[in-house]
Amino acid sequence: MEWFDAFIVVFASGMRLAIPLILACVAGLWSERSGVVDIGLEGKILVGAFASAAGAFFSGSAWVGLAVGVAATVLFSLIHGYASIDQRANQIVSGTAINMVADGLTALLGNAIWQQGGRTPQLPPEAQFRAIAWPFEPEIARIPILGPIYDRLISGNDIITYVAFLIVPLTWWALYRTRFGLRLRAVGENPAAVDTAGISVRALRYSAVVICGVLVGLAGVYLALAQTGYFQPHMSAGRGFIALAALVFAKWRPWPALATCLLFGFLDAVAIRMQGMELPVIGPVPVQAIEALPYVLTVVLLAGFIGKAIPPRASGIPYVKER
Amino acid sequence: MSAPLKPLPQWADVALIPLVNVAAAFLISGLVVLAIGENPLEAVQILITGALGDLEGVGFTLYYATSFIFTGLAVALCFHAGLFNIGVEGQAYIAGLGAALAALHLGFLPGYGLAVAAIVAAAVFGAAFAAIPGYLQAYRDSHIVITTIMFNYIASAIMGYLLVNVMRVPGQMNAETAQFPPNAWAPQFHVILAHFGVQWPVTPFNLSFLLALAAAWVVWLLIWRTRLGYEIRTVGANPTAAVYGGISPKRVVIVSTLLSGALAGGMAVNVILGEEHRLILEYTAGFGFVGIAVALMGRAHPVGIILAAILFGMLYQGGAELAFDKPKISRDMIVVIQGLVVLFAGALEHMFRRPVATLLARRTTQPPI
Repeated sequence: MEWFDAFIVVFASGMRLAIPLILACVAGLWSERSGVVDIGLEGKILVGAFASAAGAFFSGSAWVGLAVGVAATVLFSLIHGYASIDQRANQIVSGTAINMVADGLTALLGNAIWQQGGRTPQLPPEAQFRAIAWPFEPEIARIPILGPIYDRLISGNDIITYVAFLIVPLTWWALYRTRFGLRLRAVGENPAAVDTAGISVRALRYSAVVICGVLVGLAGVYLALAQTGYFQPHMSAGRGFIALAALVFAKWRPWPALATCLLFGFLDAVAIRMQGMELPVIGPVPVQAIEALPYVLTVVLLAGFIGKAIPPRASGIPYVKER
Repeated sequence: MSAPLKPLPQWADVALIPLVNVAAAFLISGLVVLAIGENPLEAVQILITGALGDLEGVGFTLYYATSFIFTGLAVALCFHAGLFNIGVEGQAYIAGLGAALAALHLGFLPGYGLAVAAIVAAAVFGAAFAAIPGYLQAYRDSHIVITTIMFNYIASAIMGYLLVNVMRVPGQMNAETAQFPPNAWAPQFHVILAHFGVQWPVTPFNLSFLLALAAAWVVWLLIWRTRLGYEIRTVGANPTAAVYGGISPKRVVIVSTLLSGALAGGMAVNVILGEEHRLILEYTAGFGFVGIAVALMGRAHPVGIILAAILFGMLYQGGAELAFDKPKISRDMIVVIQGLVVLFAGALEHMFRRPVATLLARRTTQPPI
């Protein structure tokens, strides 16, 4: 059973690494399904992480931190929304700007406030989201196979982890089983048709952008208040772009998005575990190869060699009413 | 929903609107400085003195500007073809590999033949790395923005692996190659000027600057004075019309990404051959992304790019001095300014168009007294 335990350990670590990816990926899904391309996820994760750490630091409460973090990312999302929807800007340019401003501003403010090179002090326990132990954990943990799964995977996670797993079915339900979701998907495919039906393209896209801001904010909150307990400049470390890759890989659908993020998180966990390990024949494991795998897989998929990733038809195109 | 705007006079379109946009970016940057409890005017003064106050500052400013001219031209060339190449960072990184391989393994070449070979290798490697997303865009219909983002990370992984495991000097701790032979170096100006008896402080400012100016001139010639440039602009403006005009958009996409990657390679010439004289980990330091800001601010015109690159060179050099004098204003401030320039000169470029147009219209319609 030793291999099973080892597998569970790696899987649990992969799951935890996947949480910010899931939240950011589903955030991007909302935005892009409405026709607003968002390459600013990376920057917004940083904003969420910084603002939540600052909020939690000064209030001493994780929940205040969460509220501040989410509010700040929604604000950044709205800037992107204003540029994309009202100013009909190039959404790639706007997303790039969001990434740069977020990257610079969080590091600058962090450095100016705490004077530790941008890093916040370690947050006190009550300012973090702690693991929640499920009932009868020690008793069930003794059961073979079921025990480790209950003990290491299901129990002992923080609240944001459970929220992340709830977000996926909720998103699926909202997008495919509600009137709002139908309209939102329609506005990403053919906004003129939605407009003709007398529904506001603008309002739909703005609501998608706000939902995106809330979810990607949670990804940042998770990094700062659940995974580490501090903020550090550039701590998103490319997760926003991996989430973007996962979104493409999942072909803009919620359940595949969950599966892809778990896969990418798992790859990350394997890469961390294999650091410095020697394999027969290959020798030292080229960790960089595993790290680059999500990107390579996404490019291969995009190239149409394994299936075809077709984005929402109107994504990235500003809607002009007059035409 | 909105009344059509009267076209602005040309001077307002070319000069006034971009100036207003950039001014807005700097105004907000000033507010950020104010918010962290420093005096923005004092900051500007330190920044300008640091960048242009003495010859050393000027040397560093122009050294940074050289990199930004190359990356700005690389981004701008793709803009003209309607492509957004976010991968300049990765292309410049891989170009550094080309320069290093040539400089380290072609030592038999006589004199500056080695430097020329290294420059060519940098351009070829940069172009080759850009060619893959270009090909995928042209023939496999995959979006160049997403692929180039992925390729930046792939470049980072490849270079990390090569520098740590393959190209590192045995027994060395730092992930970097051995030093190149001196005839692979791009000569620095203080060395050249010393030959003529002119004293210039030691700075990394090197001959690549002239190469960058030449590249800017060639890009101008290409875009506005050649058939290929016409094709590039046509595809950028309207690919469907281009097809009716007998232009192959696929070919244009491939050619523009190749040229863009080669221009990105110029940054490797400036930094790797001109200053470091060896390949180091993460040498690009985000300068590929600065190219986006430079291209947008310079409105994708070589003259504008040179001016914007010098401004960003000043920001990087002066920003270092500023961070030294005022530790609260760390170098991250420059990234904030860069992002705000992209936001206002790029994403929100039309935001001030209506107010400016209204203002101009009111002035011209006033009855003469």
